[in-house]
Amino acid sequence: MAETCWFTPTHEWVRQEGHALRIGITLHAAQALGDLVYVELPEVGHQVAAGDAVAVVESVKAASDVYSPVSGEVLEVNAALVDHPELVNEDPMGQGWLLLLYPMGSLENMLDQAGYDALVQSQTQP
Amino acid sequence: MSDTLQKTVLHQVQHDGGAVMAPFAGYEMPLHFGSALREHHAVRQGCGVFDCSHMGIIDVAGVGAMALLRRAMANDIIRLKNPGRALYTVMLHEGGGILDDLIVSWLGPDRYRLVVNAATKTADLAHLQALAAGEPVQFVPRPDCALLAVQGPQAEAKLAAVLPDVAPHLAAQRSFAVWEGPQGTARHGWMLSRTGYTGEDGFEVVLPGDQAPGLWNHLLEAGVVPCGLAARDSLRLEAGLNLYGADMDRDTTPEEVGLGWTVAHEPFDRCFVGRQALQEHVNRFRRVGLVLQTRGVLRAAQTLWLQDRQVGMVTSGGHSPTMGCGIALARLDLSCATTAEQLQVAIRERLHPVAVVEPPLVRRGQITWPRRQPMGQ
Repeated sequence: MAETCWFTPTHEWVRQEGHALRIGITLHAAQALGDLVYVELPEVGHQVAAGDAVAVVESVKAASDVYSPVSGEVLEVNAALVDHPELVNEDPMGQGWLLLLYPMGSLENMLDQAGYDALVQSQTQP
Repeated sequence: MSDTLQKTVLHQVQHDGGAVMAPFAGYEMPLHFGSALREHHAVRQGCGVFDCSHMGIIDVAGVGAMALLRRAMANDIIRLKNPGRALYTVMLHEGGGILDDLIVSWLGPDRYRLVVNAATKTADLAHLQALAAGEPVQFVPRPDCALLAVQGPQAEAKLAAVLPDVAPHLAAQRSFAVWEGPQGTARHGWMLSRTGYTGEDGFEVVLPGDQAPGLWNHLLEAGVVPCGLAARDSLRLEAGLNLYGADMDRDTTPEEVGLGWTVAHEPFDRCFVGRQALQEHVNRFRRVGLVLQTRGVLRAAQTLWLQDRQVGMVTSGGHSPTMGCGIALARLDLSCATTAEQLQVAIRERLHPVAVVEPPLVRRGQITWPRRQPMGQ
């Protein structure tokens, strides 16, 4: 059963899994970045504040920060990305997930699928 | 914003072909066509084509053309033994700094063609016209022409298949040879050079702009992979070829950026612009290649450290698709030995070890570092 997915205006997706949140970057973000060649992930146990850069994804083009949508503690990172950063391009919402976070606050300013689609639409069509 | 960007004659066909565009030097140019990595590997292993029509093509003609170019360029076109040869050179200002790097082709008696960088083409022309004031030299910029770079080990075979009438000329061309289509033939207005910016074999084709979309399409039908600026950058970085505006500019001299070999100091009585300044200049740094020894990506402006002393800076960097790691071109203080084993680079405030290497890192499809053992050992 598909869990509800939420989106940030900075192109992360967030999925509730039990008490934890699984976080990644959106298909739109992955396509805009182009081929990813390196993903820098935080240490497990690392504590982040809402809005902090929690990971870095680097494409052939540039490095981009990934922002934590909520304060929390990193429970798990996707170790497969160390050797296979291209998983983020191939399956950004699935095998290309970045990290699992135990939230210590509530999600705010999140977009649902329709809201995010509208945002992308407005950003790509001047 | 995008209204102010210029477009090459291939813009439409590239857009229709799925190009992701980005602004570059005042033009909207293809960044990639879906995967820059795939394009990179295609050029190393097969054949790719790049639209380089944004670059500046300037024809220089007249009885004063040769004397002017011998004065304007740090390399000496007297080294060209006959028409149909090309020369890589830098153009300096009186202070010895680099105004541009370019290729001069000798087309015929008193006829030369320059291919210069897109971002500098207007300034280059003004500089040359000022130098030539009062002399019998004519400059004709050629925005009517397109420039396609067909690069890779299969470049000759693919071009020959698409242009059977020029196949014998392609086969006869050595590196830096130039062939001009004769008047009265279908190839009038075409120029084929065995040159490129990828470290692979290949050709650069100048042709009338209205014929460029046809050639582009025929190459793609023959299996040549369309490539964008991202692959062009990773290929030239692996090949150790400088990018003007990043690895060199008007504040650097040729020797400081690894281009000392392009300066023709002899004959001693040739007075080229910048000569005097170069003689008096004390080099401040040298250009080196870097290979990142950990995971990550090297980028321009990252600083280099030997213990707690900053000894240099990355001028352009990226991920090497061929080597599968971060590589860069960098400036290293002359006080720092190139054999330094403790050199580190700061990436997001963390230090990572880097190896200093002599570019190129990849040439003709082969990784040149670490150097292979000599044969028989």
